Amino acid sequence: MSEAVVEERTPEIAAYWETLGCRFADVDRVFDECMTEAIALLSKEGIEAYIENARFIGKMGRGSEPLLVYLEEAPTVASIVGEEILVEIKDFVYYLSTNTNFKAIIPFLQTISAVTRRLHSIEQLHYYFELIKDMVERTSLSVHGHHTTFPSPGLPDLLKQAPRLLKLVSMEGFKNWIDYGINYYHEHPTRQIDYFSLQSADAHAVLQREQHGTLLVDHERKLDLYMRSLWQDSDYLVPYSLAFSELRKPMPYYDDYGIRLPDVYDDFKGVRGIDRYRATLAHMAAHRRWSSKMVVDNWSPFQRVAVEVFEDCRVDTLVIRLYPGLRRRFLALHPIPNEDDLDKTDQSLLLLRLALVSRAILDPEFKIKDELLSSFVDRFHAMMADGKEGSSRDAADIALSFVARTRRQTDLSPKTYFDNTEVDYRDDNRHLWIYIESGDDEETNFEHLEDQKRDEQVDALPPRHYHEWDYAADHYRPDWVSVYEAIHPSGNASYIDKLLEKHSALAKRLKAILEALKPQEKVRIRYQEEGSELDLDVAIRSLIDLKSGSQPDMRINMSHKNDGRNIAVMLVLDLSQSLNEKADGSSQTILELSQEAVSLLSWTIQQLGDKFSIAGFNSDTRHNVRYAHIKGFSESWGPEVKARLAAMKAQYSTRMGAAMRHAAHYLEAQKADKKLMLVLTDGEPADIDSSDPQVLIQDTRKAVSELDQQGIYSYCINLDPKADEYVEDIFGKQYTVIDHVDRLPEQLPKIFMTLTK
Amino acid sequence: MNDVAQYTIKEEPFYQAQDDEIELYEAAYAARLPVMVKGPTGCGKSRFVEYMAWKLGKPLITVACNEDMTASDLVGRYLLDANGTRWLDGPLTTAARIGAICYLDEIVEARQDTTVVIHPLTDHRRTLPLDKKGELIEAHPDFQLVISYNPGYQSLMKDLKQSTKQRFTGFEFDYPSAETETSIVSKETGIDMELAAKLVKIGGTARNLKGHGLDEGISTRLLTYAATLIKGGVAPKAACRMALVRPITDDADIRDTLDHAISATFA
Repeated sequence: MSEAVVEERTPEIAAYWETLGCRFADVDRVFDECMTEAIALLSKEGIEAYIENARFIGKMGRGSEPLLVYLEEAPTVASIVGEEILVEIKDFVYYLSTNTNFKAIIPFLQTISAVTRRLHSIEQLHYYFELIKDMVERTSLSVHGHHTTFPSPGLPDLLKQAPRLLKLVSMEGFKNWIDYGINYYHEHPTRQIDYFSLQSADAHAVLQREQHGTLLVDHERKLDLYMRSLWQDSDYLVPYSLAFSELRKPMPYYDDYGIRLPDVYDDFKGVRGIDRYRATLAHMAAHRRWSSKMVVDNWSPFQRVAVEVFEDCRVDTLVIRLYPGLRRRFLALHPIPNEDDLDKTDQSLLLLRLALVSRAILDPEFKIKDELLSSFVDRFHAMMADGKEGSSRDAADIALSFVARTRRQTDLSPKTYFDNTEVDYRDDNRHLWIYIESGDDEETNFEHLEDQKRDEQVDALPPRHYHEWDYAADHYRPDWVSVYEAIHPSGNASYIDKLLEKHSALAKRLKAILEALKPQEKVRIRYQEEGSELDLDVAIRSLIDLKSGSQPDMRINMSHKNDGRNIAVMLVLDLSQSLNEKADGSSQTILELSQEAVSLLSWTIQQLGDKFSIAGFNSDTRHNVRYAHIKGFSESWGPEVKARLAAMKAQYSTRMGAAMRHAAHYLEAQKADKKLMLVLTDGEPADIDSSDPQVLIQDTRKAVSELDQQGIYSYCINLDPKADEYVEDIFGKQYTVIDHVDRLPEQLPKIFMTLTK
Repeated sequence: MNDVAQYTIKEEPFYQAQDDEIELYEAAYAARLPVMVKGPTGCGKSRFVEYMAWKLGKPLITVACNEDMTASDLVGRYLLDANGTRWLDGPLTTAARIGAICYLDEIVEARQDTTVVIHPLTDHRRTLPLDKKGELIEAHPDFQLVISYNPGYQSLMKDLKQSTKQRFTGFEFDYPSAETETSIVSKETGIDMELAAKLVKIGGTARNLKGHGLDEGISTRLLTYAATLIKGGVAPKAACRMALVRPITDDADIRDTLDHAISATFA
């Protein structure tokens, strides 16, 4: 580099150097190079603006680095979206510099050209500036008592990640992703950094949701159905992410642990994402059906590549034979290699030759001029002729002879020709090989580590993750809450029996009401014109009418109808700390009263014979929502259940939405005409990691409407006398507030009965 | 009072035997044993019974059972007319009087208390007591009882009682093999074998999904519907979507998968 400085500057560049008025030696060293590029890309006015803005940045007092990066990146940006952007870049740099966010200047300038290449238009770039500005304003904090503003902690990382993010998500998704990070990590500078540098799991989860294209998670069932119905095959579909490994693009593959597919497929060459998944699965299913393993220790890498291609072609041909409509999809995804490039002499062309043959085999329209290559296409077709299936070994024979006969000197050249040779839907064929000697290049296997991890967690159920609604942002926080389910510990069942005894008078009264509610299996409907039987009383009366000449009543039949109850009830108990308080005007705690009430209710429902289950929940931040199983639908109201009920304990907080969603997935599986979820609580939804009380209230409200869509009627029994303020928000009209908690044992069964009458 | 002629089958229905079921049925009929025909919907149960009635030259009375059907819908009831009440035989009584084959289709749909009225007809007694009328009918020597049911979609609530089941001899039907089904579809509708084979292949893909969101696969009956539509000039893909996919599922994922199977099969 330093030699370049020694060479004399052209007068033109020297003049610009003067205008720049800069004394940084490192800038001096690269100036010529930058200018040559700028002159090639920009107009005369553009150059002037370029230098002028560079001069400003150089004199901003932030050292030479911003200027260096600006000089390097700005011409590319201006050439893509127009030269008026140069001023805006300068203004933005100035904005960052005065805004205490000067640390973000370098990453901003470093990524601006990559960002521009993704966005491609000045409007989009403006929007990008706005988003960043918005982010700066929302995350640069002024702490009370300090007279300085703290820079936005996540900004430099965000700017560093911007090109990669924009590659994965649309501008809208980018905005949502930023909003999300700001909203949730506003008060945690370090976590904010983790998020914006894409290191936290949440960042990935949100990013995946915002990704464009067809997500595997959304279509897993559809693809499973596809495998079952068209291929009579089924396996775990495991997604891997394309977003985070830039160096080596992972390929689909399958092994003993399942089929690995990319987590997202964009539409590609006119093939929808879902059809790309299907094409990939069809190809793999074909391997699973028709391919056999081969010993490859003695094959060179070239030979292996060729065997792969011919074997892929063989199974694809068989797929097309079975489902002719898939040819169109395969061909759309298969690249069209350029035969003219066969003349190149400076590169290894093996892949090109193979791609040509592969295309020619699958596409009858595609003809290769090269005779040697097309003779292999013919050989392949001969192997498959007359409905023959061939075998992996046959395909390998052709492939080996292909490598031998088409070998060229240039094949060993270090440069390899890759253009249009990669077939999108094909897997990496690891299943084809058997190694007799374990080589160095075998995949390192980490599965045993996973096993170890699994062993440690054997005694607890794995958590289930649920979304949580964020009313401010109007979207779900993905997999936000972890619900751990366990069986409630047991206590002494006789305690519950004593409680029931204590309320025996009440039970007697309830019993009278129950009799009226009890399902009547059959009800007689009289006065029917058509029915199953003649109603003799009416018939005789009609006959008398008829004989006496007056108009008879023709409704002389009767029929029966079934009048059964078919209700499934789920009682969800809030077991949070506040239940330990004494109820107003009573010597008992709310917990004890709840126990009594639940016992009575259980007894009542048992009498009615409805399907019924009980669960309790409490929460200790979103990472630990505990859901305790007390009674399942198939368990009877016996000593075991009573023992669990007797051991009820109140602790922690109330994250109601997640518990309701979890309970709902059990209730949903029940077969019943009516499904009812009773939520017994003493206060509003709240948790210690949620500072805005509205968030959990709104989330619960959302959960109620989700349940409603699943056909589950939720009803809240609230013991908080001040509940009116929020309970209507959550449950609409489906709630009862019990003012005198000491009357709960009496009230609860009655509420249930009126609800189900 | 019922005309035997109206219950006889005049033309030979098309039926292709899957196995030796025709001979077995003839043997059962010779001994007047009651017969139960099981199998998924649209696999040819009713057609088989119809065919056998034709082959044996006996009248056939078919009753489609449903939940609201009561014993008197089978046996008969009193009706009112100018002179008082009049007894009207139900289909089962009629069949027992005239010596017809009485075919109770989808018997499990009827309530269990209804199905017990057939018990005395199905054992050595071969009688039908009409308790409301105070009459005991001796079944005609030609009378035979056939029931059908579909074990596929029954819930716990809908199963035959053991006491009912054990009065019948049974045939288990399934969808025919691909080749047989192809020739059935082709012969029934007159489309060529190649097209019929494609339809059968699509039918097969749906049958693989049984238990994964589909209660039953695409029946042979639906395949013939699709073939009929194609014969009538409808484009094959549209005909398949209309006849094979839309009727059997409301599940968007399954619908998509089957639509894909159609477009993969018809290039």
